[in-house]
Amino acid sequence: MITRYERIGESVFRKKLANGLELRVVPRPDYARKYAFFATRYGGMDTRFCLNGQWLDTPAGIAHYLEHKMFDTEEGNALQELAKNGAEPNAFTGNAMTGYYFDSTQHFEENLRILLSFVSVPYFTKESVDKEQGIIAQEIRMIEDNPDWRIYHNMVESLYQSNAARTEIAGSVDSIREITAETLYDCHKAFYTPSNMILSVVGDVDPERVEEIAAEILPASGGPEIPRDYGREPEGVGRREFRQTMEVATPQFLAGFKCRPAAEGETWFRQALIGELASDILLGESSPLYLKLYRDGLINSTFGGDYELLPGYACFYAGGDSRDSRAVADAIIKEAARLAAGGIDPDFYERTRRTIYGSYIRSFNSFETIAVSMTEGYFHGYDPFRFPEVFESIAPEDVCAFLRENIAPERCALSEILPGETA
Amino acid sequence: MNTVRKNLADGVFLTCLPAQKFKTCLLSAQFAAPLSRQNAAAYALIPSVLRRGTAHYPDMGALSARLDHLYGARIDDTVRKIGECQCAGFVASFLDDRFAPGGERLLQPVADLLGELLCKPVAENGAFLPAYFDSEKTNLLDAIASIRNDKRLWAGRRLLSEMCAGEPYGLSRLGEESDADALENGAAFGAYLDMLSAAPLEIVYCGSAEPEAVADALRGALSELPRADVRVLPGVLPHAPRADVLRVEDSMDVTQGKLEIGFSCESDDYMALLMGNTLFGGSSNAKLFMNVREKLSLCYYASSAFHRQKKMITVSSGIEFADYQNAFDEIMEQLAAVRRGEFEDWEIDSARSLLLNSYASMGDAQGKLENFYLSRAVAGFDETPETLSEKTRNMTVDRIIDAMRTVRLDTVYFLKGKEAEA
Repeated sequence: MITRYERIGESVFRKKLANGLELRVVPRPDYARKYAFFATRYGGMDTRFCLNGQWLDTPAGIAHYLEHKMFDTEEGNALQELAKNGAEPNAFTGNAMTGYYFDSTQHFEENLRILLSFVSVPYFTKESVDKEQGIIAQEIRMIEDNPDWRIYHNMVESLYQSNAARTEIAGSVDSIREITAETLYDCHKAFYTPSNMILSVVGDVDPERVEEIAAEILPASGGPEIPRDYGREPEGVGRREFRQTMEVATPQFLAGFKCRPAAEGETWFRQALIGELASDILLGESSPLYLKLYRDGLINSTFGGDYELLPGYACFYAGGDSRDSRAVADAIIKEAARLAAGGIDPDFYERTRRTIYGSYIRSFNSFETIAVSMTEGYFHGYDPFRFPEVFESIAPEDVCAFLRENIAPERCALSEILPGETA
Repeated sequence: MNTVRKNLADGVFLTCLPAQKFKTCLLSAQFAAPLSRQNAAAYALIPSVLRRGTAHYPDMGALSARLDHLYGARIDDTVRKIGECQCAGFVASFLDDRFAPGGERLLQPVADLLGELLCKPVAENGAFLPAYFDSEKTNLLDAIASIRNDKRLWAGRRLLSEMCAGEPYGLSRLGEESDADALENGAAFGAYLDMLSAAPLEIVYCGSAEPEAVADALRGALSELPRADVRVLPGVLPHAPRADVLRVEDSMDVTQGKLEIGFSCESDDYMALLMGNTLFGGSSNAKLFMNVREKLSLCYYASSAFHRQKKMITVSSGIEFADYQNAFDEIMEQLAAVRRGEFEDWEIDSARSLLLNSYASMGDAQGKLENFYLSRAVAGFDETPETLSEKTRNMTVDRIIDAMRTVRLDTVYFLKGKEAEA
């Protein structure tokens, strides 16, 4: 039950409880902090699903709305309960998960009980649900004014035509008006079952005590598997260009590439690492392309790229501030073709490999990163602590094949934010 | 934590924070200078120009190649405002020797590279390489202009620049746009040479190496640092309370209004003010969150910050334009409640536990440790997380009320939408 990973200096206690809950504990002696992260495989993209044989269409933003309301308890509010013990609780909703967590140096067991209890026991009334509208509407307004989010979301909407990743995680001011206490109870019933969840704890704790507390507080049985509908995504990009004007200082852009989605299992992890390696080799800070574009004044230090995977969805993107985003996008496509045809300089490949190796080991300093990557790994069927082995299985040819297949003009959408007033 | 502080050279100090538990080591070198209109833009520019290349690694490609070989060691150029000081330099992070797959030792090569970046820029004819200077100046101008992209950040900046007009604290860590625009290469190089010789240099190391080994590595790496007439940093004057409240409004093409409020504090009991601020708006259990957000649903965020060296509290919130007066009134009412001592035991317990938690967990994060010990050195404080915890445990309700009674409204800033002008 305890697996040791000598190469990265970690060990993990792992157990699946009788009710289906996945439990992971990463012991960290010498640390004062203790961190617990309790997550469900349910996020902004899970709006259409089948409960008790019936397909339900729920409003955009409901997973996030539910996250806000889960902190309400019959006695009051779990935030205050945790705060009394000096814990710092919070939560977030992603496309494919919702996570609740706290960070504390004292009263760990009591805090863990509170966390498990408020997340597993819903308590909403019509009044409390209505009251949240104003708060979340302001969160949505804040996002609407955020150019980084707008440019990213416009890109996703352009690349994908029907996949549920297009759904705004927080929804819109209009869509959240349709949310009722009853729908929230339905969603909780469907997705907040132990068999759809994972509890990760990092810190100097006794794994067996964590197991005992989880077994005591959570329901004795799990729930059925919930079928979800993420839409049938056609081949091809929906929209090649998306421009929005906002009150910003300089033009910003993201060039997105619609990539082939990954299968679950270790191949998911391997493909994510290939995408990351491809990004650094194509346009990372040491890459010939980055250095040339920086020297020519076409990009600045805001420039960077990333690769992300969701169910039925994969996207490679790069961007930043630029006065000539079309020239940068064209240069990315041209450089990808050059690498795919001529191969990667072996010395440069080795350097880039080392850098990513270092950055992964560094990321295990962070309790949050450990918990979130274990959770993602569990939901998508891989073990993030097998990083050195999986990473070593990747060869330069894999990266070339990735670039050849994915970084092509017909897969590209260019999203731009231009300074100016809303049309 | 057994910290060790060593004087390596004239005005060059090393703070060593020994820790075995991290997978990486942190090494930070920061020049500290009084924040001033005259120098802010130049000092903000210098680290980014230095980061472009050194005598041995003359361009970004060569520097990146070197860092890649050191298992993706990172050396980031940084500019920070700490009180009324501007700290400019580099923060390096690299694998602890235990995790370098080939058994390499990384401290000395990283320290050497840091020393090169500080002391040996690519220069010609008494100036930086023009290509590097010009493009980093453009980047600095873009960074200054981009503050307005993040409306919360921008509104916070506007509040400080209005409230502390004429005080160094009102300046941005990046300098003013017009000053950056007017910067010339020769003058920036002069400011760099002056910084190199006369600005206090604070170095922080956190990792598994012995302090003496770190000191030796740095003595080698900085052997060519020219030092002469090192300056002493001036003290910080608290913000002087204003006789009449200053009210400022801007409008932009936005969907959410940003309300920022500044207060001056008369009391010298900073621990009481810190805890009073925590109760007022410093956490998600504070009065602002519980009332402005949870009770009245007026906002997504409403929080406050205590600026210790300036004896100021600032409040930040995002609201509907039409809710301006409601939100303002409620924020003032919550402050009044704190001053009247209207808080329950759990509120005091939770503010106290929150602060104790943050001090107890500081040793678990290298970045937080670096910022704490750098700030302490620059501000001339001598507290440790342990002594701060002790003071927090001993705090009384009466002291909090006394201190918070000296808090006075000073400046109100509101960023509203264009259509709201009518």
